[in-house]
Amino acid sequence: MKSSVITFPGSNCDRDMDVALKKFGFRNKMVWHQEDELPKSDLVVLPGGFSYGDYLRCGSMASKSKIMKSVINFANSGGMVMGICNGFQILVETGLVPGALLRNKYLEFICKNVFVKINNKDNAYFKNIDNTVLKLHIAHNEGNYFCTNDQLKEIEDNAQVAINYCDPSGKIGQLYNPNGSIKNIAGIFNKAKNVLGMMPHPERMIDTSLSGEDGSLFFKNLINNLK
Amino acid sequence: MKISVIVTLKKDVLDPQGKVIHQALDGMGFNEVNEVRQGKYFEIDTQETNPKKAKDKVEEMCKKLLANLVIENYRIIDVQ
Repeated sequence: MKSSVITFPGSNCDRDMDVALKKFGFRNKMVWHQEDELPKSDLVVLPGGFSYGDYLRCGSMASKSKIMKSVINFANSGGMVMGICNGFQILVETGLVPGALLRNKYLEFICKNVFVKINNKDNAYFKNIDNTVLKLHIAHNEGNYFCTNDQLKEIEDNAQVAINYCDPSGKIGQLYNPNGSIKNIAGIFNKAKNVLGMMPHPERMIDTSLSGEDGSLFFKNLINNLK
Repeated sequence: MKISVIVTLKKDVLDPQGKVIHQALDGMGFNEVNEVRQGKYFEIDTQETNPKKAKDKVEEMCKKLLANLVIENYRIIDVQ
């Protein structure tokens, strides 16, 4: 399986993603944002970080960069595109997934482990995964998911909510909402479910000695689904 | 021509920064304040000399980049 990780000026989780993808069997290529064309890929990842220093709005400048035309075409033709953290912010700015990511409700940069509940397994990202709850890491200042009431209805009607913040048992409630996101939304799909944007970093949970293994479950499952 | 644009968060979008500024003002004794909303201000210097055309172009810039219409409104406040 071939993957591509896009590096923007200010990306800082691109290397971690490269390590994670390779660990679970992807042949990964790093792609600079000024490239015109994506290499042949089964999966494209927009990594976390602070692309363009978060100028204007997080992800807004990166969403207009050269390579993104090719990424948007790839997504619109059914290609798998995953945006993590700043990558999620870039995806909402392209319009590939609905909504927006606002400043965290309590104005704090949040860096901690959280639990997320998988809301929809009928897609190539989460199909066949045994767990319903994953322990993942978040690190962001603008992760407060927002959308209009009309958008929320559409998102829910189309089962586009991918994951929600929850407690270790999978209970979803305000107590377990780290940043003020509507309905504890931590990640969403596009309508066709080939594009996934999420705030948590699975690439930070691939090593027991460092953190945990729930990211490993995600990547192992993902590559098996794509084979 | 110089065009000035203000981008603000929509009414129903939470503005935590505005809230904190409001609290600070309150603490400083400005107790008459009802609400504070924080926004962005842009000055765009363009080669276009026709005011109508310049305004239309800046409007397009607002829609495509300067504002995110899911959460923000824009207002062109000055063309000169």
